[in-house]
Amino acid sequence: MTTASASGNVIRKYLPVYFVLLGIFLIEVFLAFQNFSTLTLVIILLLLAIASAALGLMYFMHLATERRSLLLTLIPVTIFVLLMMNMIWSDSFRLLHMRPLQ
Amino acid sequence: MSESEAAMHGSGALMEGSPYAIPSRKLTMWLFIISDAVTFGAFLFSYGYLRVATPNWTRPFETGSVINVVLMTVVLITSSLTMLGAVDASKVGDKAKAMRFLYSTMFLGLLFAGLHIREWFQLFRHGITIGSGLFGQTFFTITGLHLLHVISGVVAMFVVATKYSRGSLTPSYVETTGLYWHFVDLVWMFVVPLVYLTNIAR
Repeated sequence: MTTASASGNVIRKYLPVYFVLLGIFLIEVFLAFQNFSTLTLVIILLLLAIASAALGLMYFMHLATERRSLLLTLIPVTIFVLLMMNMIWSDSFRLLHMRPLQ
Repeated sequence: MSESEAAMHGSGALMEGSPYAIPSRKLTMWLFIISDAVTFGAFLFSYGYLRVATPNWTRPFETGSVINVVLMTVVLITSSLTMLGAVDASKVGDKAKAMRFLYSTMFLGLLFAGLHIREWFQLFRHGITIGSGLFGQTFFTITGLHLLHVISGVVAMFVVATKYSRGSLTPSYVETTGLYWHFVDLVWMFVVPLVYLTNIAR
């Protein structure tokens, strides 16, 4: 394989991922114009964003081809920290309104 | 020579291999990405709570803004593709092609920043600034932080590209910069739906 054709191949290889990402984004735009409640829309869009991010992580950032231990170290920790943060934010609303502890 | 002395003097035989089979530079970038993801996570969580809990939230985005955001997203995702080309070309030693892809990525990054700033000025004309209520505060903080990442990425890419073309940096630096650039793209996939698409004017 020549060096010039190698980098052309990588673009072709990842074009399907590129189009899937664009497709997910266009679905998000379409859904944004539908009559969902804010909470429902946020949840649907967040799920689609997570799907896009997973594709980006696995293919564009090559996490799928790295050693499995890297994925198992990075991703669960990040999800755990984000979920814990979720607990803190909801608590901050209680503090904002100065409601007593229950 | 004791073991610690050997390690100090860089005796390869006694050094442990990387647990993840990747260079330390790449692992460091992954750790930075994780910490940055958590930073963006904090901003997006706070935005999400405020957005859902506030009944009279400002919805300023007309069709023109939505088209602008679609363009911005296409530009940024395309820049990730050109970055993949740059990383691959640098790995196989095709420096000229790697440079072309890097300059394309930088151009797309700058185009994204330009479209972003155009969107900001559109909001300024409607009287929405960082000081005008919850929407302005959250919108300009989150998109501003992302824009800062894009501009930093373009600057980093320019420095790496210049040094790589002179031969003073190895292809692994291009790969690490690419990893950062893909992360910037990834964050945008959360910013657009949450900050733009939930605020379309009705």
